Amino acid sequence: MALAPAVTDLEQLKGHPAIARLVSWNPSAVEGAKFDRDEMTIYVERSAIREACGLLRHDPNCRFNYLSDVSCVDWFPSEPRFEVIYQLLSIPKKERVRLKVRLGSDSPAVESVTSVWPGANYFEREVFDLFGVRFVGHPYLRRLLMPEDWEGYPLRKDYPVEGYR
Amino acid sequence: MGHLTQMPPLEETQDRTMILNMGPQHPSTHGVLRLILEIDGENIVRLMPDIGYLHTGIEKTCEAKFYQQVVPLTDRIDYLCPLTNNLCYVLAVEKLLGLEIPPKAQWLRVMLNELTRINSHLVWLGTHAMDIGAMTVFLYCFREREDILRLFEAVSGQRMMTSYFRIGGVALEPPLGFLDRVRDFARRFPSKVDEYENLLTGNPIWTMRTKGVAKITAEDAIALGVSGPTLRASGVDFDLRRDIPYSGYENFKFKVPTATEGDVFARYMCRVRELRESIFIVQQAAEGMPEGPIKADAPKVVLPDREKMKTQMEALIYHFKIITEGFAVPEGEVYQAVESPRGEMGYYVVSDGTAKPYRVHMRSACLANMQALPEMCEGKLLADVVAAIGSIDIVLGEIDR
Repeated sequence: MALAPAVTDLEQLKGHPAIARLVSWNPSAVEGAKFDRDEMTIYVERSAIREACGLLRHDPNCRFNYLSDVSCVDWFPSEPRFEVIYQLLSIPKKERVRLKVRLGSDSPAVESVTSVWPGANYFEREVFDLFGVRFVGHPYLRRLLMPEDWEGYPLRKDYPVEGYR
Repeated sequence: MGHLTQMPPLEETQDRTMILNMGPQHPSTHGVLRLILEIDGENIVRLMPDIGYLHTGIEKTCEAKFYQQVVPLTDRIDYLCPLTNNLCYVLAVEKLLGLEIPPKAQWLRVMLNELTRINSHLVWLGTHAMDIGAMTVFLYCFREREDILRLFEAVSGQRMMTSYFRIGGVALEPPLGFLDRVRDFARRFPSKVDEYENLLTGNPIWTMRTKGVAKITAEDAIALGVSGPTLRASGVDFDLRRDIPYSGYENFKFKVPTATEGDVFARYMCRVRELRESIFIVQQAAEGMPEGPIKADAPKVVLPDREKMKTQMEALIYHFKIITEGFAVPEGEVYQAVESPRGEMGYYVVSDGTAKPYRVHMRSACLANMQALPEMCEGKLLADVVAAIGSIDIVLGEIDR
C-alpha cells in the first residue's frame, strides 16, 4: 500500500465541516490544514484556540464533543518551537480531527481549554509539567507527574534522556 | 505531586473539616495512588488525586529507541493489558509506514486482544469485589486468569510482558494445538462468568454497596473525557471497536453493553457483559482463523525468517540492517486509538523520517477517567470512595507512564 501524498492546500480542504465552520467564523483563525494518512489536521491561530474548540464542540454540523487528548511536540531548535496538539473526537459522527497551535520558544503560553472541556485539566497539566508550556486560565496549573521541586522540563529536546547528573 | 500544601480550606466548613491522607500505599488504590480527602465527619467535601509515583519517563525513553525497540516499552505501561498497548503502538507505526497486514495476523491480534481484555477484567472484578468485601470472587477470577496467562505463555513465551505483536505482523507462528486450547477455554469460560454473577449480581450486600453509588451523568462523563465501560455505563453507546474499527474488528459480530444508571453497579454490569462478548469474539476468531502469512511482505521493516537468513544473502543483509540501524519511517504523524479494557488508549506517534520516533505520546484512558473521581465522590460517604476507585478500574502504571 503506497502512501498517498499529504494534501496541504486549504482551498481543497474547505469542504471539511470543521474547517468550513472555523473559516466562516474568523478566516484568520485558520493558519493552514493538512490531510495526511486519513487524518485531518487544522493549524489554529494561537489566540483563537479556546473559541475554536468551543465552536467545534457545540456546532450542530461538527459536534466534536469529546476531547481525546492534549499533547505537545518540541521542534527544537527550529522556530516556532512547540506544537500543542488537541485530538478531538465526535462521538455522534464517529470522526476525529486534530487541532494544532504553534508556539515560539520565548515563554510559550496558550489559552486553556478547560472552560470548554473540564477534562483538559490533567492533559494540560501534563504538558505544562513535561514541556513547560503554560496554559492561561487553567484552574490549577501545577506539576502533575514530576516532583513539585523538579527543575527543567524533561520532554524538551534539549533535556538529556539520562537526565542531569 | 504534592497537593497537600496547596489546598486552600473552604470558608464555611473550615473549622469542621479535616484532611485525611489515603495512600500512596493503600490496598484499595491498586498501585500507588494518593488521595487527599477533605472530610466533614463521614462526608467528603473535596477529593484530590495525587499521582506521579510511578512516573518512569517512558515517552522520553521511546525517543531514544528504534521503532521496533519501543514495543517492549509499551508492555510496561499497563501490566494488565500489554497486548492492547502493543497493538495500539504497532497500528500507529504501520499507519505511518502504510503497511498492509495479512488477515491471519489481524485475526490473531483480535483474538489475543480480547483474551487480554478478559484477563484485565478478571483482575478488575477480583480486586474490586475484594475491596468491597467479597473475598471469594478474587480466587475464582484468578483461577481463570491463570488459564489465559498460560495461553499467553504458549504463544509468546511470556505470561505478562508479551511483546507478541510486532510492526508488520506478529512475532511467531502460534504453536501447534494453540487454537484448540483457545477453543477449549472459550467453551468453558461462559459458565465461569455465571459463577461470578451468582456470587455478586443478586447478592444483597453487593447491590447495597454498589447501586446508586458514585454516579456520573453522560454529559459530565463526556466533558471530563471519560471513556470505555465507565462511559458506557452512563448511557453513551460508543465503542471504538465497533464505531471506528481497527485491525479487522469490522469482521466480528459483538454487542456493546451499555447501562443508563452511571453508578458502580452499572459499571460492574457493563464489564461483566463485556466478558461474555469478548469470549464470543475469541470464539469467532478461533473458528474462522484464516490461513496465510503472519507477517507483512515488507523486507525492509519485518525481520526475515530464520530459515531464509541461512540460505539467502538479501535476507541476511536486511536482518543485519534492521537490527543495527532500524528502518526509516516516512515523515508524518498519526493518532491511533484502540478500545483498551479501560477505555480509549491512544498513541500519537510523530516521525521526522529517521529510524527513531521523534515523539511518542500515550493517551491514557485511566488518567482521563480518574478526573471523574472527585465528581463521583464529593458530597458522598467516605466508605464509598473505595467502591468508586475500584469501579473506574485504574492502573497507575498507565496513568504515570
